[in-house]
Amino acid sequence: MSATALPPGIDPALIPPGLAIAQPMPDVLPQVKPRKGFIGFLRRYPTMAIGGFLLLLMLGIAVFAPYLFTRDPTALAPALRTREPSAQFWFGSDMLGRDVYSRVLYGARVSLLVGFSVALLASVAGLFIGIVSGFSRLVDSIVMRVMDGLMSIPSILLAIALMALTRGSVQNVIIAITIADIPRVSRLVRGVVLSLREQPYVEAAVAAGTRTPMIMLKHILPNTLAPLTVQATYICAAAMITEAILSFIGAGTPPIIPSWGNIMAEGRALWQVKPYIVFFPAIFLSITVLAVNLLGDGLRDAIDPRLAKRL
Amino acid sequence: MSSAPVVLEVSDLKKHFPIRGGLLGTPVGHVYAVDGVSFSIRRGETLSLVGESGCGKSTVGKSVLRLFPLTSGQVVLDGKRIDDMPASSLRMLRRKIQVVFQDPFSSLNPRMRVRDVIAEPIINFGLAKDRADLDRRVAHALDTVRLPTDAAGRWPHEFSGGQRQRIGIARALAAEPDIIVCDEAVSALDVSVKAQIVNLMQDLQKELGLAMLFISHDLAIVEHMTHRVAVMYLGKIVEVADKRSLFGAPRHPYTEALLSAVPVPDPTAKRDRIVLQGDVPSPIRPPSGCRFHTRCPYVMDRCRKEEPVLTPDATGHLAACHLHDLPASQNPLNKAGPTAFRAA
Repeated sequence: MSATALPPGIDPALIPPGLAIAQPMPDVLPQVKPRKGFIGFLRRYPTMAIGGFLLLLMLGIAVFAPYLFTRDPTALAPALRTREPSAQFWFGSDMLGRDVYSRVLYGARVSLLVGFSVALLASVAGLFIGIVSGFSRLVDSIVMRVMDGLMSIPSILLAIALMALTRGSVQNVIIAITIADIPRVSRLVRGVVLSLREQPYVEAAVAAGTRTPMIMLKHILPNTLAPLTVQATYICAAAMITEAILSFIGAGTPPIIPSWGNIMAEGRALWQVKPYIVFFPAIFLSITVLAVNLLGDGLRDAIDPRLAKRL
Repeated sequence: MSSAPVVLEVSDLKKHFPIRGGLLGTPVGHVYAVDGVSFSIRRGETLSLVGESGCGKSTVGKSVLRLFPLTSGQVVLDGKRIDDMPASSLRMLRRKIQVVFQDPFSSLNPRMRVRDVIAEPIINFGLAKDRADLDRRVAHALDTVRLPTDAAGRWPHEFSGGQRQRIGIARALAAEPDIIVCDEAVSALDVSVKAQIVNLMQDLQKELGLAMLFISHDLAIVEHMTHRVAVMYLGKIVEVADKRSLFGAPRHPYTEALLSAVPVPDPTAKRDRIVLQGDVPSPIRPPSGCRFHTRCPYVMDRCRKEEPVLTPDATGHLAACHLHDLPASQNPLNKAGPTAFRAA
């Protein structure tokens, strides 16, 4: 090693032959360069990529349903009842001669609308309730007892009971499923908030003079969002299934609106002779729920790499 | 040193945590985490608080930071009583007392960039005149802890433990405090990084004239860092003295045992290990009399009934032990050979 590599202040003559002085390590922050772009994303999060792709596909189907060679999903054609899948009726026709293909595509609108709305509303409401009860002992003891009460009723039964109180409409279905899901979300958020409050960085923020509302907003809320987002995807998937169940038993979306649950309910009587009426909406529902769940798993792995498992 | 003004004065500090139980959550008992602790720290001085796990060291630290309400006692920060001050008026006073925590990973919010972490106290205490001044102060704080300026735009997870601890120190310094509470601030770091951080803190203390409450269980680091040492046992201070005096001639049997347990880097050194029997008693039901009597090798009848108070000797070395009331020739602490551990 040449003498120029010596740290300043050290006389080269004092160093015994054969010895070298190590340079002090500079504080170099390595440039992290993960593979960027679409391919990099695919490689790192295959679950999320597959789930996201399938969900985007379903979203596209829902949005562009009128342009995907569909006809009016409510148009009756009594002369063409219960036809097998063919060039005219891609997925066949039901007992009133309606085109199952068109009905299934339009049905995606109801399912996705219900799933996303419930996930969003339940998350926002649960976030608010959870954060407030995580900070106030008084609110906590009252609200959490109410939540315990709600949770003691199975959520599907609670949703059916709530639907029994109102008229069947997509909006009421969303409200009913949301109310049934809020207790679980607020429990989750409350638990996260309680553990975050004990974090040293929150104590340091108190010592740094941060007011309580700002601590909630800057320190608690952002760290709650990650687990909540994952939970929201599961709520979304569960809400789509609940919507289908409600429609299937006739307690949900009114029969005039084609939803996957409704189509399956109507095809139920003919299940043994004309299985395709039930089969197509069922397969769409399964794929959509699978897509949302895959997305949720991928999100969880991306957010907390310790839990990551390979596909 | 003794002429410098007192920055922090704590007298008879108590913090009892209620144990809730039963249906209505009524307290069924208390954890006497800190039970009557008094000390003071002067400007530019380091007081170390040592003791084994669960003796209440960290509770003292959090109490003087007023991270929770106190059970009783007085805390005077720069001449103002803060123990019973309402949170709203306390907020601006918090600037004067800052904290560095043990765990460099959980002490930084993972969702805040380093710039925002350091800017938080500057903004809260209104220290910056404008946006440019804020940026300058953040850069200065990073520079003070020897971190490159481009660290500001990065996330905490991009740093190593030692670097993160320096970010924590920068945050504490950004508030321009008079005293910093270091709660086991180097315990989680490995040896070489530990030395680096300890030296950094010493330099900063000299440069800025900071007072420091250094909470630690590592006597070797304490010996290197501190001016004075307070030894805690089960929520009470049993001995307070200058480093030299305490490490050289401990006046409490617990301190003596602690010092004998410090590893010495010389395998041939002859030393008398004092191995304490039993475990630390529960702080829920502390022993009567002297709290140390259940484990003290020199226990007398009096120790079980009467609680000793901190009493100074001729040099001002405070100890709470009945042995010092015995004639000097019968006091085992005088006889016990010098411990292997000596202040340099």
